[in-house]
Amino acid sequence: MFMKHFRLIIIGGGPAGLSAAKIAAESGVKSLIIERDFKLGGQLVKQTHMFFGSEKQYAKTRGINIAKILINDVEQNINMITVMKNTTVVGLYEDNVLTVLQGETYTKISFDSLVVATGASEKFLAFENNDLPGIYGAGAVQTLMNVHGVLPGEKVVMIGSGNIGLIVSYQLLQAGVNVLKVLEAAPTIGGYKVHASKLKRLGVDILTNHSIKKAIGKDKLEKILVSELDDKWEFIEGSEFEIETDALCISVGLSPMGNLLSMIGAEMKYISKLGGLVPVIDHHHETTIKNIYVAGDVCGVEEASSAIVEGYLTGLLVSERLGFRHKDFDNLYDDYNSQLDNLRSGPFGVRTLEGLQELRGERNVK
Amino acid sequence: MSKKDIMICRCEDVSLEDLHNVLNEGFTSIEEIKRILRVGMGACQGNTCNLLVQREVAKFLNIPLSEVKTQKVRPLITGVKLKSILENANES
Repeated sequence: MFMKHFRLIIIGGGPAGLSAAKIAAESGVKSLIIERDFKLGGQLVKQTHMFFGSEKQYAKTRGINIAKILINDVEQNINMITVMKNTTVVGLYEDNVLTVLQGETYTKISFDSLVVATGASEKFLAFENNDLPGIYGAGAVQTLMNVHGVLPGEKVVMIGSGNIGLIVSYQLLQAGVNVLKVLEAAPTIGGYKVHASKLKRLGVDILTNHSIKKAIGKDKLEKILVSELDDKWEFIEGSEFEIETDALCISVGLSPMGNLLSMIGAEMKYISKLGGLVPVIDHHHETTIKNIYVAGDVCGVEEASSAIVEGYLTGLLVSERLGFRHKDFDNLYDDYNSQLDNLRSGPFGVRTLEGLQELRGERNVK
Repeated sequence: MSKKDIMICRCEDVSLEDLHNVLNEGFTSIEEIKRILRVGMGACQGNTCNLLVQREVAKFLNIPLSEVKTQKVRPLITGVKLKSILENANES
């Protein structure tokens, strides 16, 4: 049997991957999207809230509906885009070959260019009894609840007040779950004020300078021990109190999922402002390994809006390198870059910009 | 604080106590720790524990997190049955 070959392979069918495939198709490049899940859309499929940003990134549209738009764009191009679902890329090799596992079938596929759009995964916390049933990642709870219709418990405590923590808390309330408290280790709330205000209006306390010290329970979570933190993030003796809860959601940030890039030997740097270990990239979104590109959270954790635009931009650039210049290349190139600049212009975007500068010296890339 | 009840690696059942014991014995590189404790060698291949281990090593050596070298990632990224690999080898 001959090894299958694609001019372009995109790993990950989330916002970045779908967008890259769309623009590559418009440029004349046939591609293969490999998606681990049973369906396309990535994390958008569970995001029932409306997005911010501008019209171009589908602001005021719910995440689940943005997913539908992006998936529809791909399905319109059925002659140009092949999709493999329920398929995990398990190995990436130097001779432009990757191995995949689809169900129990293991095969090799080769490519000319590769876009890694694998996204990010949830960070975990180390505290006593952190392996008790009833302790979840906030993203996992959002999937359980909004995709599968399963509630995590009756009385929830959220750890972390970034946007994911705030939004999932609100969606838990919408689903009829009692959200007892949001705990934030930092002195200020991490996410957008508009999300925090919504929770406060519904009577949910957000306690800053507080974190979990210990989970308590016999066979499952029954209560947690909470403590105040000092300005060095150390627990303050004597400040502890207990909260009775049956579900704890941990929302302490995301880590870029660049393990395939580490595997192939791409140069990686630890940049805290981008979420952790990220690949070093040039202006074309190419890693230090020739023909291997990245888009979306894998090269710096941001919002889905940015991942969409990065996907478009990377699809445009990869296609040009492959000898297929989009008929509207110049306009699109400028447009995508200015959209990214806009998305990164707010107080949260500054963090990304600084992270990117740290990644590439002083040059403003990504 | 009961360090044996703080789970660092859920796949391989490694606690903070296990990790601190190994650090105190003088094994401070993630590659060494991985070979002794199997952290990062389970089903999730370090997705959950990597950062927690890195953080403990940084604290122990009193260096920034960014200076702790992470583990070498090798194929395969998730469990693949030998049967599946064999079937592919027969076909190609």
